[in-house]
Amino acid sequence: MSGHNENTSVDKHEHVPSYGKNVMIWLALVALTALTVTVASVNLGNYTFFVAMLIASIKAMLVINIFMHIKYDDILMKSILIACGLVFAVIIIMYSFDLFNTYTG
Amino acid sequence: MSTTSVDAHGHSNNHAGHGYGDNNQLYVHFHRDDYGSKFGMWLFLFTEVLLFGGLFILYYGYRIAYPHDYHNAAMELNIVMGAVNTLVLLTSSLTMVLSIVALRRESIKTSLFYLVITFGFGATFCVNKYFEWSAKIHHGIFPGSMELKETRPAGEVVFFGLYYLMTGLHTFHVIVGMVIMVFCFIFIKTGTINPKKYIVLENAGLYWHLVDLIWIFLFPLFYLLH
Amino acid sequence: MSMNTTTNKNYTNFFQIKTKHKGLLAWLLTTDHKRIGIMYLVSILSFFLLGLTAAFMMRLEMLTPGQTISFIDAQTYNSFFTLHGMIMVFLFIIPGIPAVFGNFFLPLQIGADDVAFPRINLLSYYLYLAGAFLALYAIIFQTHIDTGWTFYVPYSLRTGTDVTLPLIAAFILGFSSIVTGLNFITTIHRMRIKGMTMFQMPLFSWSLYSTAWIQVLATPIIGITIVLVLLERTYKFGIFDPTMGGDPVLYQHLFWIYSHPAVYIMAIPAFGVISDVVATFSRKSIFGYKVMAYSTMSIAFIGYLVWAHHMFTSGMSDTARTVFSFLTFFVAIPTGVKVFNWVATLWRGTIVMSSPMLMALSAIFLFSIGGLTGLHLGSISTDVHLHDTYFVIAHFHYVIIGGILSMFIAAMHFWFPKMFGRMHNEKVAKVGVVMYFIGANVLYFPMFIMGYMGMPRRYFDYLPEFQIYHVVSTVGSWILITAILLMFTNLLIAIFKGKPAGSNPWGAKTLEWTMPSPPPLLNFIDTPVPSKDPYDYSDHDERIFRDLKNKENIINQENS
Repeated sequence: MSGHNENTSVDKHEHVPSYGKNVMIWLALVALTALTVTVASVNLGNYTFFVAMLIASIKAMLVINIFMHIKYDDILMKSILIACGLVFAVIIIMYSFDLFNTYTG
Repeated sequence: MSTTSVDAHGHSNNHAGHGYGDNNQLYVHFHRDDYGSKFGMWLFLFTEVLLFGGLFILYYGYRIAYPHDYHNAAMELNIVMGAVNTLVLLTSSLTMVLSIVALRRESIKTSLFYLVITFGFGATFCVNKYFEWSAKIHHGIFPGSMELKETRPAGEVVFFGLYYLMTGLHTFHVIVGMVIMVFCFIFIKTGTINPKKYIVLENAGLYWHLVDLIWIFLFPLFYLLH
Repeated sequence: MSMNTTTNKNYTNFFQIKTKHKGLLAWLLTTDHKRIGIMYLVSILSFFLLGLTAAFMMRLEMLTPGQTISFIDAQTYNSFFTLHGMIMVFLFIIPGIPAVFGNFFLPLQIGADDVAFPRINLLSYYLYLAGAFLALYAIIFQTHIDTGWTFYVPYSLRTGTDVTLPLIAAFILGFSSIVTGLNFITTIHRMRIKGMTMFQMPLFSWSLYSTAWIQVLATPIIGITIVLVLLERTYKFGIFDPTMGGDPVLYQHLFWIYSHPAVYIMAIPAFGVISDVVATFSRKSIFGYKVMAYSTMSIAFIGYLVWAHHMFTSGMSDTARTVFSFLTFFVAIPTGVKVFNWVATLWRGTIVMSSPMLMALSAIFLFSIGGLTGLHLGSISTDVHLHDTYFVIAHFHYVIIGGILSMFIAAMHFWFPKMFGRMHNEKVAKVGVVMYFIGANVLYFPMFIMGYMGMPRRYFDYLPEFQIYHVVSTVGSWILITAILLMFTNLLIAIFKGKPAGSNPWGAKTLEWTMPSPPPLLNFIDTPVPSKDPYDYSDHDERIFRDLKNKENIINQENS
């Protein structure tokens, strides 16, 4: 009785993930972990924080896209994820306006 | 009509469709909405992200306020312990995915095997964390301790406060994830979760990956930035 | 859909239906969104009356300088404003419209048979109830909590009164709010009737959608903040305590990151009700439907950009104050768009002055006053002067009492015939609306003047020169409370003695009016056919209007 506009079918999983691909992703994650630990012992000054966060973000993207298979989900699922990320980013940016001027000004 | 039973009306993941037949008799049938369940699960994960988000904001704020204290305090954390736990969680994420893959390929035994392995990794993580915390507490570093109050600068007090809060909340989520896995194990055994209907396991997987995801950020923020 | 196709069919409505549980359990264990909506209505109104009593006592106490009533001393006064604030904010106005009318009418408006997760919906109700009783127990029986509803640190860390229980209560209530939001978003995306796109939903549903996003994406922040205060009180983490390196301003940031968007959790559903009511009683499609939908969403988003305007005097950096002050003015744009569109909808409409319509018009007026005085508080230069004075109290009560509570009451009148299948006495309701309008102005307008002159909020005592304003204000509170009680009694009587309402007494067009009243257990008997425009009155002719007028006259005659 109640209609479904998006994805009328009950079960829409065309993509059946394989063992192999997931293992590859895991290897990449392990490699990135090794990389971030190695880089931490090198003194990069102010860039240390950004490099560490960059590597963490790449790892996060891999987990979200493949393990949580957002990559194979539809546009609605992707957009709500982006909306959530955007809101958090906005909060951090808005907070920075106070932060940097209070403590470093 | 008045005796219509509505036992079937309303299940958390399946909502009952219905209609009226020729003689105005009510009939109830099910239809599942797996997509809807997953959608709801993602929304729940967002609330988790923002729950931790509040703590990340605090971490960020005090990092700017006390850069040197953060730097010194991070030196005291054990990178090896942190790295091992990172690997444990990453691997557990993999086995969780493999459990779902196996279930969808109709090999129930393999699926259960991977689920048990994932549970084992979760337990390993907690044991590791226990030893890590014990060592810190043994050195007198815990919230409200004399050591922190008397001898450490304010930034280090805050750093360790956040360290206990964030890893503590994270470990709490690991434990919740493990409890969910126990239920999944039982449901697979009883056939409630099966190769045709695996959305519960998939949602449990999403939750577990989120736990992994948060650790991916906690690890460099606490252990590596010194 | 013709309005009389379904009225004559034999059906069982959701009040009568037999379930496997009997008696009270059939209600307490129900997963039916309509019954849950009614349960919310009963609980929320009970708590509202309690909060109203606290407000009445506070106003009475402020009648003269010094102690006016023998049993309200300064400390009791503090716990009264905490009681009033906590109940009204957490138990009434935040859940208010979404929990009651959202639960009841969202599925009906989008042609669904229930929400997406009916059992989680019931869980949300019990979380609400648990949180509510915990809060009430703590505030009334345990200690006199004196932190106000904001729980600002470091006072909330040090106060001798026990804030632990109310904090836990607020956490649980937040969780209930999150679950409702999650449910509504999924419902709107998954359960819309075939043929209804997002931009064919009634604006009330749109407002619930936008509200639900704020509930999901803002509430967790207050959740973790509350947990931190609790832990800090017990274990001394040093996160917020300035003696240990913490920063109280950071608490205020986290608090307002949630609590400012929470203002829109309160306001946006009220806007949605205004849209539905104004369109229905102008017999016209809403002016600029898409813009209305977009403005609803953009208010929700802009809510995240402006939180720190609550903190201009808290010791933030100048840059932050300037940026937040500047961005605050942007809220006025989508809000202004809404006000203009409502007024434009009235233009050349066939206006029916029913009680909900009258209330909506009063709400647009009062809300405009509340909104425009918000700009004074949003600009730093004036806020520094007005911060924490009665001006702030007047501003947000104009918004909440004038714009939101009034729309809650308007929604009660508008949807009452659908929920209970009976008509209330329109004449009495209209008298109530007029009294409400007068009472609200008499009560709150003097506060603007007092606040501008420097009367600080939350003070038990005041200088004699403020007395005249306090007296006027207190008299206003009597008028307002009489109006509210009059309207509630009118509705209560109508539940038992009202004339049958029929399926569509107002001649409205949205889908909830296509079914008999009260609705059947599983909502729609015939599959509804959504129209391209949810407010399609193009086929409207004078007949419906006349029918309504006649019905109104008959009811009024029989009542008098």
